[in-house]
Amino acid sequence: MSDAKQYDVVVIGSGPGGLAAAISAKKTGADRVLIIERDVEPGGILLQCIHNGFGVEVFKQDLPGPAYAQRFIDEAFQVGVEFMLDTMVLEITRERRITAVSRKHGFVELQARAVVLAMGCRERTRAQIRLPGHRPAGVYTAGTAQRWVNVEGYMPGKRFVILGSGDIGMIMARRLTYEGAKVERVLEVMPYLSGLTRNYVQCLLDNDIELQLRHTVRRILGKNRVEAVEAVAVDEQMNYIPGTEEIIPCDTLLLSVGLIPENELSRQAGVAIDPITGGPFVDDSFQTSVPGIFSAGNVVHVYDLVDWVTEAGLTAGKSAARLVRSGLAAGDGPALPLKAGENVRYVVPHTLRPDHLADGDIRVQLRVRQPLERPVWVELRSGDKLLHRKGEPYARPGEMITLPVRPNLMDELKAAGELTVAVVAR
Amino acid sequence: MPTQMEKVICVTCPKGCTLEVTREAETILKVEKAGCNRGTRYAQQELTDPRRMVATSVRIRGGLHPLLPVHTSAPFPKPRIRELLEALRRVEVQAPVELNQVILPDALGTGIDIRASRSMAPVHSAD
Repeated sequence: MSDAKQYDVVVIGSGPGGLAAAISAKKTGADRVLIIERDVEPGGILLQCIHNGFGVEVFKQDLPGPAYAQRFIDEAFQVGVEFMLDTMVLEITRERRITAVSRKHGFVELQARAVVLAMGCRERTRAQIRLPGHRPAGVYTAGTAQRWVNVEGYMPGKRFVILGSGDIGMIMARRLTYEGAKVERVLEVMPYLSGLTRNYVQCLLDNDIELQLRHTVRRILGKNRVEAVEAVAVDEQMNYIPGTEEIIPCDTLLLSVGLIPENELSRQAGVAIDPITGGPFVDDSFQTSVPGIFSAGNVVHVYDLVDWVTEAGLTAGKSAARLVRSGLAAGDGPALPLKAGENVRYVVPHTLRPDHLADGDIRVQLRVRQPLERPVWVELRSGDKLLHRKGEPYARPGEMITLPVRPNLMDELKAAGELTVAVVAR
Repeated sequence: MPTQMEKVICVTCPKGCTLEVTREAETILKVEKAGCNRGTRYAQQELTDPRRMVATSVRIRGGLHPLLPVHTSAPFPKPRIRELLEALRRVEVQAPVELNQVILPDALGTGIDIRASRSMAPVHSAD
């Protein structure tokens, strides 16, 4: 034990969640703060997201991904965050002992007083959507193609079909068109867009790329290289509709079919995982079920805006530093369970401590199950009692909803039992 | 001349409001359903002179990666985006580059600069 290097806070991952967590831990008074990153440079996936639109919501600035990342990378260096780059974490224990390897440092063992998990998420692959056919070259996830086209300088094909209307898929449709490729079609199995509406406009409509809702890929044709895909319409039960098959010639199929929080390390550490989000159960300070282990960003649940990832990182880092300094897990009062109610697929955090409202708002974030294209109420209830509600013009599964819980609700919440969040038509 | 109503989806921020624009020929009479003032401005701009932020990449020599991400300093006229991309295919820069460094000034005479979206330090050959 004594030979391991000691740190106050060790952050795993240097994407926006990890950078924000490290900066805020340092600013809150943690002494030695280290980020371990497996890539050769900090920044995470933002470095390959070269499109604009980052920072609009929270920071009122419209930045490309790399510029957004750099703002936090520069700040992390300024405040004295230490970095261990090109280093892969192999294991984290419940006791926050970390083992990692790298070419430069070799095999390293570290002991952290608090850990912030910020590993982000991974893309769902062909295997996870059970797409039959041969395994020719030319089937990639949209994010892999994004890395090649935007960072490494390779074009993965000339004629594309994109399965899935997630943001990365639509953004790649535009990007590939910019680089001279033809995007034949974007197919979406759901009856609605899974990414943001503005990406439908500025990526697909602007570039005359056709989107087909309620359509999917039935099989991939081609043995050594993709030659075409067979698209098909689906009914309400997601069954193929006979007679709607269409062969679309293409040389590449990109998959933009969802993201999964990356929690292999979390599981090893004994962190309890929510089967719905795929990420750790967290309280409002982003502490997981294991004391001293926090988590922030897409490793908890997949956000649609980086701004919120940064905010989550700031909260997690601050909480981790407070734990280190005071020995108190940022919370002491009792925690109330927060559950998904009517038309809510999930809600984060999973528990909420009314005492924390003394520090300001607690941000409750959720996704709906079904789209409601009319004004809705987002309601916080305790049993049948309505505690707080907020209006939204509509509710869509692709767009996360934020419900700020204000400090003036502290007394009412202290008297409440289990909380639920519901989204209902106004 | 009859007035006509059309729907325009605002792309200024992630909310993506569907704006209802009433106009008579080229004159916009009113913009409804905008969540904020930026939406009203966007509708006017979109129906008279549509523009978009453009983000792409240019070649870089001597950097960590072979490509440098770049972006327009302001929304760029939509009909000329293809032309801009063609021009940028011929641009090559040398590391080091600083964030926001001007890579191509006054692109196509629009007054809009093309700027670096990140810094890229020079990489020395492996030792």
